[in-house]
Amino acid sequence: MSVEPLRLYFRYAGLSLRSQLEYPASFWMLAVSHFITCGIEFVGVVALFDRFGGLRGWTLPQACLFYGIVHVAFALAEAVGRGFDVFPNLLRSGDFDRLLLRPRSTALQVAAQECQLMRVGRFAQGLGVLLWGASRVGVEWSLPNAALILLAVLGGACLFYGLFVLQATLAFWTIESLEVMNTMTYGGTETGQYPLTVYRPWFRRFFTFVVPLACMNYLPVNAVLGRLDPFGMPVLVQWAAPLAGVVFLVAALQCWKLGVRHYRSTGS
Amino acid sequence: MTAYLAIAGARLRALLQYRAAAAAGIVTHIFWGLIRMMIFEAFYRSSAAAQPMSYPEVVTYIWLGQATLALTLGSADMDVRAMVRTGTVAYEMVRPMDVYWTWFSRTIAARLAPMALQVVPVLLIGAMFGLGPPPTVASAAAWAAGTAGALLVTTALWTLASISLLWTISGEGVARLIPTLGYCFCGMLIPIPLMPPWAQPIVTALPFWTVMDAPFRLYLGHIPPEGAGIILLHQLAWTVGLVLFGRWLLGRAFGRLVVQGG
Repeated sequence: MSVEPLRLYFRYAGLSLRSQLEYPASFWMLAVSHFITCGIEFVGVVALFDRFGGLRGWTLPQACLFYGIVHVAFALAEAVGRGFDVFPNLLRSGDFDRLLLRPRSTALQVAAQECQLMRVGRFAQGLGVLLWGASRVGVEWSLPNAALILLAVLGGACLFYGLFVLQATLAFWTIESLEVMNTMTYGGTETGQYPLTVYRPWFRRFFTFVVPLACMNYLPVNAVLGRLDPFGMPVLVQWAAPLAGVVFLVAALQCWKLGVRHYRSTGS
Repeated sequence: MTAYLAIAGARLRALLQYRAAAAAGIVTHIFWGLIRMMIFEAFYRSSAAAQPMSYPEVVTYIWLGQATLALTLGSADMDVRAMVRTGTVAYEMVRPMDVYWTWFSRTIAARLAPMALQVVPVLLIGAMFGLGPPPTVASAAAWAAGTAGALLVTTALWTLASISLLWTISGEGVARLIPTLGYCFCGMLIPIPLMPPWAQPIVTALPFWTVMDAPFRLYLGHIPPEGAGIILLHQLAWTVGLVLFGRWLLGRAFGRLVVQGG
């Protein structure tokens, strides 16, 4: 793989960022309101732990690891995947045809349309919660442990990115944005804020085998905390789990290619 | 008055056409309801201490919330945003109608339409997952009356969001905060009775409280049906206050409005 596509991507993204910073007041207001919106979720988590004392043997700092990983991962995916989010508009207006004419990958061009800097709000609050939790869980942060958390965040970002790509891919067939996919993207962050064991079995299976959320969050955190997994997953699986996110993204990009091949122009 | 009713009616009929969006909303609300139910179930199983609300009450509360979520969540009026961006908002000023009430009428339709399409299906599904009946018929009637009052309060709040769009070019910062504050202080984040005791008097003084938590407590019978009158007064007072504030704000906005372009 050459670095040229990446250079091009950063060029596009840089342009998008600079255009957003042209209106600094608007940008800051968006970022701050985004920070507050996400922060309020956390206030809810704290209030519940405060009232009930614990969650089936999990403490608040431990839950913070789950919360932090999932929100940082989602913020990363959201910032660079926004192009896929607005993709149905591109499709409906027929502007996607122009992208097809250019000698570069369509996924790259769609992704690079917009890079949303305001997502720094969610990123900052997720990171804050993650660091606070990490300092309180009583785990020695050796290099492998820290690396596993970083890997979990990156794997999670890949997973959410893959979901955005799939959502956009479906638009090739429906020509409109599929809001139902929000149950997996936003629903995934909501779900991932808590250890997956608190949910019912069917729900757990869905977020393990269909959307491998457990692999970016529940399994690695268990490994770091040295907790025995109630389902008897070997330690090796806990460590390798975040890779499932990368696999998911690769698969999603293959579906995208399929969608592009299926595409027949819509515009006038 | 008839003109404003006509605007609200026309908007309502237009918005009721968006059935696919409503169906997507229903699926999402149900999914969320299930997640929240499971989280609360886990918390209730973790503690033997007595709570201000029983678990079945929380489940009922969650489903009522999911069914009427469209009152609180959503985005500001897209047409107003487009008008501000393109400058056509100036046309609003030359119409022989009061701009505030025109926007208020549009907003009431925007709040009512998605809820009208979603409330019955979500309640029916909710009934399969633990939504309990109200203790008396009077409680059900009180809930319905409270929800009608809630519609007025939330419309006044969302009209403010539209007006705030006149200040910023992308116009989203402030408008985005309204659903967030609503979500936090209406009981959707966590039911108000489960909030720390010190926070409750503050929350119940805010307008958001009357949009969801108050009607739900009427349904559950926490507030007896005779208390509905006080809730309605509370809602009316907030509506009047927010309308007066909105009108003042709109007057100021139009005082400094500069329309660009030729």
